[in-house]
Amino acid sequence: MIRSPGKVRRKDRKMAKLQIIAEPGVPQIVSTREFNAPRELLFRAHTEPELLAQWLGPREYTMLVDRFDVRDGGTWRYIQRDTAGNEYGFHGVFHGTPSPDSIVQTFEFEGVPGHVSLQTLTFEERGGRTLLRYNTVFQSVADRDGMIQSGMEEGAADSMERLDELVSRLAAES
Amino acid sequence: MEGDQLSAVFGALADPTRRAILARLAEGDATVKELAAPFPVSQPAISRHLKVLEQAGLISRRRRATARLSHLEAEPLREATAWLARYRDYWDESYDRLDGLLAALQEDGAE
Repeated sequence: MIRSPGKVRRKDRKMAKLQIIAEPGVPQIVSTREFNAPRELLFRAHTEPELLAQWLGPREYTMLVDRFDVRDGGTWRYIQRDTAGNEYGFHGVFHGTPSPDSIVQTFEFEGVPGHVSLQTLTFEERGGRTLLRYNTVFQSVADRDGMIQSGMEEGAADSMERLDELVSRLAAES
Repeated sequence: MEGDQLSAVFGALADPTRRAILARLAEGDATVKELAAPFPVSQPAISRHLKVLEQAGLISRRRRATARLSHLEAEPLREATAWLARYRDYWDESYDRLDGLLAALQEDGAE
């Protein structure tokens, strides 16, 4: 069956929408997102440094993977550098052997050392599409709500500009 | 918003009755009696919830004749959820890029 690329993309976007659940007063974020790819591929995109560097973080940032030892007890570290040269480092440890079923890891933003979260990623394949479920448990509600503020301010301003671009583009399309 | 006030806001929002009160106030100002009506709790209990909401800056209260009206203050709510908007922006953009990468990888694999 041949479908126009435009139609496929719009349909995918609708189905793939990012869902985020962050209950007030609970130190946890659960997000889900569907991808049009088998889970093996999604797993590779999360565990192969050269692939990870191509998608994680704001697109204007340079992503440098320092280490990525994908095994039980292996450590990982990457740095995101903004256009002004500011660097944001993140590191953690894999718990259990990462697999296309799940990745369990600790996560720490080096800008606020000592505030560690526990992340569980699961990949559920349905008919060639994959649902990614991303569960993050923080040490406190303040950690959840504060950590994200400290490192991502500039990224947010950047996103607002791109939102303007997007809105302009959508307006032009309609 | 300072961390302490942010904690007060989230503490206030952690209770389902208080969230329901805020939802009701989003429709318009109301008296304690009006706010208590949908709940199986006493008016003094509702008054205690209102005090928590007021201290968090989520509502203000004023007198009208003999009744005391509660009013929703939306700004702290907006500020309290700003971090979540940033989180969403970060992952929305990353996952849009991941969509592109996955499509490219599958095209490569098909060749």
